[in-house]
Amino acid sequence: MKIKILAFGIAKDIFGGPSVSLELTNDATVYNLQYLLEHQYPRLKQLASYMVAVNNEYALPGDNLHERDEIAIIPPVSGG
Amino acid sequence: MSPESGGIDVFIGTVRNATKGKKVIKLEFEAYEPMAIAEMEKIAKQAFEKWPVQRVLIHHRTGVLEVGEVPVVIAVSAAHRAAAFDACRYIIDTLKQTVPIWKKEIFEDGEVWVAAHP
Repeated sequence: MKIKILAFGIAKDIFGGPSVSLELTNDATVYNLQYLLEHQYPRLKQLASYMVAVNNEYALPGDNLHERDEIAIIPPVSGG
Repeated sequence: MSPESGGIDVFIGTVRNATKGKKVIKLEFEAYEPMAIAEMEKIAKQAFEKWPVQRVLIHHRTGVLEVGEVPVVIAVSAAHRAAAFDACRYIIDTLKQTVPIWKKEIFEDGEVWVAAHP
């Protein structure tokens, strides 16, 4: 399945744009997504940490992904 | 202000002119808006569950802010000050951990996304 991943903050710099598209198997999990992204964008691994959000909620590595999910990479937050 | 309210605790965050001794020219804030709002609402809900507060306000700006400007305001009213102080502190502390907002510091010789790298 084809999924779109939104990027914010430094992740947008790493991806070179506000979003990227990836082709994943239909049973892909957040962990699979992270594995692929880190392979394609090694700079992700140099971040202090980052989270993945699915439909505006922080996701766990084992969570499944679906084609219509809104997926975002959340680098370390620094509001306030 | 409601008649039952005995006190309002307000936290106003302001843009500092330096970080670790290095001159800050300005800040740029970016938000993942729908999720930021959702996380702010969660924090407010938690404050109501933890303390007997009456009203909660959480306000955060995005875009470019100059030194001295105000990116964030938190206000909490309660019958008694202890709850207002504790809840206000909890809200700003938690906002800094969970709300998907990012701050880029712009210096004379470059810019840095705060907290991005170890």
